[in-house]
Amino acid sequence: MLRIRNLEAGYNSLKVLKKISMHVSSGEIVTIIGANGAGKTTLLKTISGLIKARAGEIVFEKKDIVPLAPEKIVLLGCSLVPEGRQVFATLTVKENLILGAYVQYRRKRTDEVSEDMDRIFKLFPVLKERGRQLAGTLSGGEQQMLAIGRALMSRPKLIMMDEPSMGLAPLIVKDIFNIIRKLGEEGSTVLLVEQNAKAALGIADRGYVLETGRIILEEKAEELLMNKDVQRAYLGRDLDSEVEIK
Amino acid sequence: MQFGSIRYNTDTPELLFRYGMNWEFFFQYIIAGITYGTIYAVVAIGFNIIYNATGIINFAQGEFVMIGGMTAVTFSHFMPLPFAIASAVLVTMITGGVIEILFIRWLYKPSVIRMIIITIGLSILIREMSMHIWGESVRALPYFTGTSVSSINLGGVYISPQVVWVVGISAIAVVCLNFFFSYTLLGRQMRACSANRDAARLCGINAGNMVTLSFMLSAAIGALAGCVVSPITYVQYDSGTPLAIKGFTVAILGGLGNSMAAVGAGMILGVLESFSIWIMPAAYKDAISITILLLILFLRPSGIFGSAEVSRLKEF
Repeated sequence: MLRIRNLEAGYNSLKVLKKISMHVSSGEIVTIIGANGAGKTTLLKTISGLIKARAGEIVFEKKDIVPLAPEKIVLLGCSLVPEGRQVFATLTVKENLILGAYVQYRRKRTDEVSEDMDRIFKLFPVLKERGRQLAGTLSGGEQQMLAIGRALMSRPKLIMMDEPSMGLAPLIVKDIFNIIRKLGEEGSTVLLVEQNAKAALGIADRGYVLETGRIILEEKAEELLMNKDVQRAYLGRDLDSEVEIK
Repeated sequence: MQFGSIRYNTDTPELLFRYGMNWEFFFQYIIAGITYGTIYAVVAIGFNIIYNATGIINFAQGEFVMIGGMTAVTFSHFMPLPFAIASAVLVTMITGGVIEILFIRWLYKPSVIRMIIITIGLSILIREMSMHIWGESVRALPYFTGTSVSSINLGGVYISPQVVWVVGISAIAVVCLNFFFSYTLLGRQMRACSANRDAARLCGINAGNMVTLSFMLSAAIGALAGCVVSPITYVQYDSGTPLAIKGFTVAILGGLGNSMAAVGAGMILGVLESFSIWIMPAAYKDAISITILLLILFLRPSGIFGSAEVSRLKEF
């Protein structure tokens, strides 16, 4: 569904992504883990068109999307839930969702919007309760739910999520990951970028490890969880000290 | 002194002192204040529309008002008044859109200061061009109904019919705008762009077009204000700037970006100005708005109506 070859991108003189190649197949949950500053957010921003790629290609559904503007890429069915939620703070929850469905209006699928809205409200009942509230007054977890809901309203073929667990309480994080798992079970294709590697690998089918702008590892999620290097670097398991204890 | 008209500021305050203040005068002042206040509010709303979409203050806003008035006067020689006004609004609207496309759109992530300087430059450019097109003569549309001396008696208070037109048309425009922003998909798209531009693009909204649209809308409402007020205040190639200053004061007074508050703030400034004639020479009338502007910027930059909740949710 999504295939990236030798992608390079960055900000001004700074080159962040170096020869990234990866792919996401239909129906998969793929996660990209990596430390702060590895380029995870830059990668998603480049795919969604907010940052222009300098070299390489990004093929979404057999179409090269590198030259397209973000609004065109969304229309093709590739939606991003941006880092830090980025809800429309001064608009109500319901208006946020309606705007999420904007591409549906563009596709002349107006009749599906209210149906989708009901689906989102079933997925996140709290959003229904707060429908008339300004989005900026929601809690962090609720805003994250709204951001995911807003992206889902566009009926994406591929939904990309940038750090959905960032700054949320552990209990809420669990909720959010359950929802992502549920989306995967329903057949959605998800590209998930996370610092919380353990949780992300727990629900993903496949994972990539991104380090200083390069993909250094690609494995099935279970195998990455077992990988000693990944455990040491990203899962917080200190193998050296374990050896000493023995 | 013609009470029906509000060209009171040519009279000296001595006249008022001789008559003393009574209820009839009081209402005349209120009505004069409301008339001017309405226009200030409409100009302020023009500021707010562009501010909300781009985060910049468009200092060429007053010129939109002037272009509206001037083109309406020109058109009124060829066609009936309603058509002349409609065409003038349309022409100004297109001008606004063209200005955005030519001067703003292609800038890549411009700083706010750069955009502001561009709009100041544009206002000078438009003013000079207008002087070459229309000359320096003062023009005015005819009164929409009646003449400059006709008046409506409203329980002992005489109002010029044009006052009713000014307040009525402006009120309708404000209500329509409010409806547009609150309930239409296009209006919501514009609000989404102002709330979070990148997130709006990620929803598939063309943010660039929304900015063009905001310039067109702002130009249109400015032109409408220019048309309705021109029988009372007249219009000249440089009459935009003073209006822009008043409108800017009102926009700041109400809280930048808050159009409903601008209406209230417009009334406050209009009435204050009109009562100021009673206690000090008319020449100081314009000083009122500058004083208010400074006071507000020093004491309460979020505006008197700035709601704590909403302003906290805004970027700046």
